Amino acid sequence: MNNNYISYLEYQGKHKGILGWILSTDHKRIALLYLYTIMSFFLVGAILGLLMKIELIAPGPTIMGPQTYNALFTLHGITMIFLVVIPGIPAVFGNFFLPIMIGAKDVAFPRLNLLSWWLYVAGALIALTSQFLGDGPPDTGWTFYAPYSLKVPTNVISAVFGAFVLGFSSILTGINFITTIHRMRAPGMKWMKMPLFPWSLYATGWIQILATPIIGITLLLIIAERVFKIGFFDPSLGGDPLLYQHLFWIYSHPAVYIMILPAMGVISEIIPTFARKTIFGYTAIVISSFAIAFVGYLVWGHHMFAAGMSAQALFFFSLLTFIVAIPSAIKVFNWVATLYKASIDMQTPLYWAISFIFVFMIGGLSGLFLGSIATDVYLTDTAFVVGHFHFIVFGGMGFAFMAAIHYWFPKIYGRMYDKSWANTGWFIFFLGYLSLYLPMFYLGMSGMPRRTYDYLPKYHGANIISSLGAIVMLFGLTIIIINLVRSARFGAKAETSPWGGSTLEWKVPSPPPLENFEEIPEITKGPYEYE
Amino acid sequence: MEQIQILQHRDDTASRIGMWLFIFTEIFLFAGLFLVFIVYRFKYLDGFHLAAKELNVTIGTINSIILLFSGMTMGFSFVAVQKGNNKFALALLILTVLLGIIFLVNKYFEWRIKFQHGLYPGSSELIALSKGDVMFFGLYFFMTGLHALHLIAGLVFIIVVIGAIIRKRITPEKLALHENCSLYWHLVDLVWIFLFPLFYLIN
Repeated sequence: MNNNYISYLEYQGKHKGILGWILSTDHKRIALLYLYTIMSFFLVGAILGLLMKIELIAPGPTIMGPQTYNALFTLHGITMIFLVVIPGIPAVFGNFFLPIMIGAKDVAFPRLNLLSWWLYVAGALIALTSQFLGDGPPDTGWTFYAPYSLKVPTNVISAVFGAFVLGFSSILTGINFITTIHRMRAPGMKWMKMPLFPWSLYATGWIQILATPIIGITLLLIIAERVFKIGFFDPSLGGDPLLYQHLFWIYSHPAVYIMILPAMGVISEIIPTFARKTIFGYTAIVISSFAIAFVGYLVWGHHMFAAGMSAQALFFFSLLTFIVAIPSAIKVFNWVATLYKASIDMQTPLYWAISFIFVFMIGGLSGLFLGSIATDVYLTDTAFVVGHFHFIVFGGMGFAFMAAIHYWFPKIYGRMYDKSWANTGWFIFFLGYLSLYLPMFYLGMSGMPRRTYDYLPKYHGANIISSLGAIVMLFGLTIIIINLVRSARFGAKAETSPWGGSTLEWKVPSPPPLENFEEIPEITKGPYEYE
Repeated sequence: MEQIQILQHRDDTASRIGMWLFIFTEIFLFAGLFLVFIVYRFKYLDGFHLAAKELNVTIGTINSIILLFSGMTMGFSFVAVQKGNNKFALALLILTVLLGIIFLVNKYFEWRIKFQHGLYPGSSELIALSKGDVMFFGLYFFMTGLHALHLIAGLVFIIVVIGAIIRKRITPEKLALHENCSLYWHLVDLVWIFLFPLFYLIN
């Protein structure tokens, strides 16, 4: 292996030490900045979740009262949605691997990229101040539903403004990626020769650009409502709280696809590598990404089935919700078809990828219960919704994030992790995960409401299983994180292509040199061609 | 340690694409507000009709003409830089800034009259009126206010461009910054072109 180069980890620019990181415009360093900040917030969110599960281990107040519980699920939601899941895969792995996978030296606007990270940190800090300033932490839930969010004395404004700034960061990342993909693909990399992860980031970028401004303006309206008492969403002044819900979900439903599309892109990279086989139905996967992005715009009403809508609107939103499931299913079929008759190499990333498909299918199929109007009226605002949501978002994005970190870790740090510990961590995490969220379907079916610190004694049994699952899952997570942190420092040196992957990032040394490529490669064949 | 040569890399098409994408986001930002406007206009048709009569069409028309004219001076300045006539370009840009400021001054007087009449969100006089009035003036202040903020951002952008022309950072070969600034200024223009009829003319 060629050792005669300076990797991005060693390079000394004009700033030394920590400044060399937080002022660096290198896409790889920015990706790691995001990785560390996002992982920290993920741990915070996970501990908040654990506290809620401990509260629910027995009926009645266990370790906290209702107000604390309400503040906890609000903070858990804001942290996980706006700080972890939405930026997650694009900001970390997109930043690191998008330029390398399309054969570029950096993103189109490196300084804007750094600005995005700074805005992310600023937004996170502003959101955090809501916990300490004003009249106590917000208790509105991460959806900030009006008119409650307009009337409640808790410090809603800084949480809302933090989310607004985070939206800005997300938009800038989207603009950057789209421009990069349009302008900086290596010679010969036609659109249909681009790997699937960049394709998914491209579709995601468009959603970020076209949907995020709507939440931006909606959040500004909430702030204006609270400060100037305008009355847009306040019925006593002539406003309409339902309009808030529409505006909120016009963004926040597409935001689910901002979370899940990059996750699907990661899985589409991992499966062909470990199947040693070209991906089945490349074009179908590309087209289905855009079908998801497009149809995903038109289904927001299914969050409001029980809130009040005309019968026609209910019908169309329900129909479109069923239609949007089709392209996701197409992807699942393609992944499974890729694995069919392949020479499969079972490694940690593939364990994560396959468990992703498993939990994603449970999440997707349980979503159909909520998408059909009759069952939704029964299940809405129960623990069933919480189970479905976590199977899609945490099972989808979370598992794909874990798959991605285990897949690209040797490239990022140039060192290999301990595979048996990684597999053990995955196994414990997976078991804990299933025992945490599967009982929620049962609980919801039997009528346990969500967002409540207390429940009837008849729900006790399933809640114990769920709470113990949370503890097991966090134990697995601890093993995974300790293994990765140790291996980043002491792991064995990794080869250029430890998994035998065929995309461009496996052609540059591990860790990559400062400018990725000494010479920009000429692309002649498709991304997943194995002889 | 071996020194690494970092090549400065400039791609005007990329920065143009980036600007257009940013403009999309701005249009969607205002689109959300237009949606709110349409919803309440249909809900409170009569209230909106009466409230719109409170606005001064003359000042609104003058302001529209001022902004359109400033769009023209902005466009001419771009052509002037392209032809290498920096002095003329600077004069036109300064004129654009002045026109923008005149717009804001007019807006200030318009707002002040509304405040004197108690027609602002949260005032007891406004709440005593119909819900249509409350919503109309709420939207009026929020939307023209947000537009004014964008206009101020545009003015700052133009001043940056003026500085860049003086320091010879914008040349006939290197126009991306100026072009993006024009695009942004026209966006400010465009939003007003929709705000003006919505608030002043339909009644």
